[in-house]
Amino acid sequence: MSLIFEHFNHWVVVILMMIGLYIVITANNLVKKVVGLNIFQSAVFLMYITMGKVVGGTAPILAEGVTQYSNPLPHVLILTAIVVGVATTAVGLSLVLRIKSAYGTIEENEFQNKEDVI
Amino acid sequence: MTVLIDLILLAMLVITAFRIIYIKDLFSVVMLFGIYSFLCAALFVTLDAVDVAFTEASVGAGISTVLMLSTIAITGRKEKLSLHSHTFATLIVLLTGGALIYGTFDMPLFGLADNPVHEHVAPRYIETSPTEIGLPNMVTSVLASYRGFDTFGETVVVFAAAIGVFSLLGVRGKPTELLAQEQGLTQHKVLRVVAKISIPLIILFALYVQFHGDFGPGGGFQAGVIAAAAFILYALTFSLRKAVGVVSPRFVKYLAPVGVLLYASVGLVSMLNGANFLDYNVLAADPVDGQHYGIIIIELGVGITVFSVMLGIFYAFAGQVEKANVQ
Repeated sequence: MSLIFEHFNHWVVVILMMIGLYIVITANNLVKKVVGLNIFQSAVFLMYITMGKVVGGTAPILAEGVTQYSNPLPHVLILTAIVVGVATTAVGLSLVLRIKSAYGTIEENEFQNKEDVI
Repeated sequence: MTVLIDLILLAMLVITAFRIIYIKDLFSVVMLFGIYSFLCAALFVTLDAVDVAFTEASVGAGISTVLMLSTIAITGRKEKLSLHSHTFATLIVLLTGGALIYGTFDMPLFGLADNPVHEHVAPRYIETSPTEIGLPNMVTSVLASYRGFDTFGETVVVFAAAIGVFSLLGVRGKPTELLAQEQGLTQHKVLRVVAKISIPLIILFALYVQFHGDFGPGGGFQAGVIAAAAFILYALTFSLRKAVGVVSPRFVKYLAPVGVLLYASVGLVSMLNGANFLDYNVLAADPVDGQHYGIIIIELGVGITVFSVMLGIFYAFAGQVEKANVQ
């Protein structure tokens, strides 16, 4: 039973990552693919934050009478990664918009066989 | 109790993600993704990462939802039936997932204080940063001082992404005749009144998060996103034209590099004072004071860049939506 709790977070990370991968592979619509990529990405974030957690610790902000803090380093890495993530998502979505204006569709199977018009 | 909350949130996260696979209506997909981000943020709080939760809540549930909505406003909200082989995809996903789950059995157990990840560097940050940097929030100390190079790189990446979006979609220097007609949610009185009340408070909160980030959760990244969200809310409820009148796209375009340059200039000043790039100890007579000055200025630089990049990206997307509507 304890094995389940000690690995539960890791398993959920794997499941979320695989859901993201599945959406990226099967989705026909490019916006949905971007959503899939974001889910995949957030699974990685969750992995880092899970590793930083110490049971019985608190948030890494100095406080009276606290001796055990969680690890601040993964927090720093992921905090910046989230903002960079939304910026790169915006680049991806603007590529989707350009594909829409060039081909008139963002369904993968519809523009795949069209002549290169860009 | 925390474990129980943790388990419930994780289960909800999986259910939300699982629903996204099968829904063909992209509007619902984007809304579910907003919920997903918010659940993520709640989960980060239970895992002690308050700064990260802050960022995820403002970015995931705020900005990226708006960007995706403006995209589907142009591209349409229905996904067509996929012709991909689902059995093949399922096979790949199951194989990869199985291998990864097999790998987790070799991972250190969740939450133990003597896991390898807590052995190196982190103890030094936790033990000496309150006296060496003089800030109670260790995340800010690590972000802005110990790993200042990293954060500088991330700020440049955010700026570069803005350049990418601007060059792909274009951003107008000044309002054009496309924006001539009055828009906005004129019929929604309640929304307009609530937005009017909350926008000043959101901006005030963003400033608090910006300048109180050294002592509590927060900092330049979160503050920039929150401030941008206030202006985006204004643009959505009171028409893009009015928002462009308050903060013009041209201003945003010039403001984005200012933050990056402000950050870099702190590094140059410390180099001129004979220390390494971004070594704040030499900025004042007392090293701890120097750290304070350095961190406040570079957090301001990060805040300015993130704010202008987020708002600029929104303007670029909103401009596309307007163009599509006019056509």
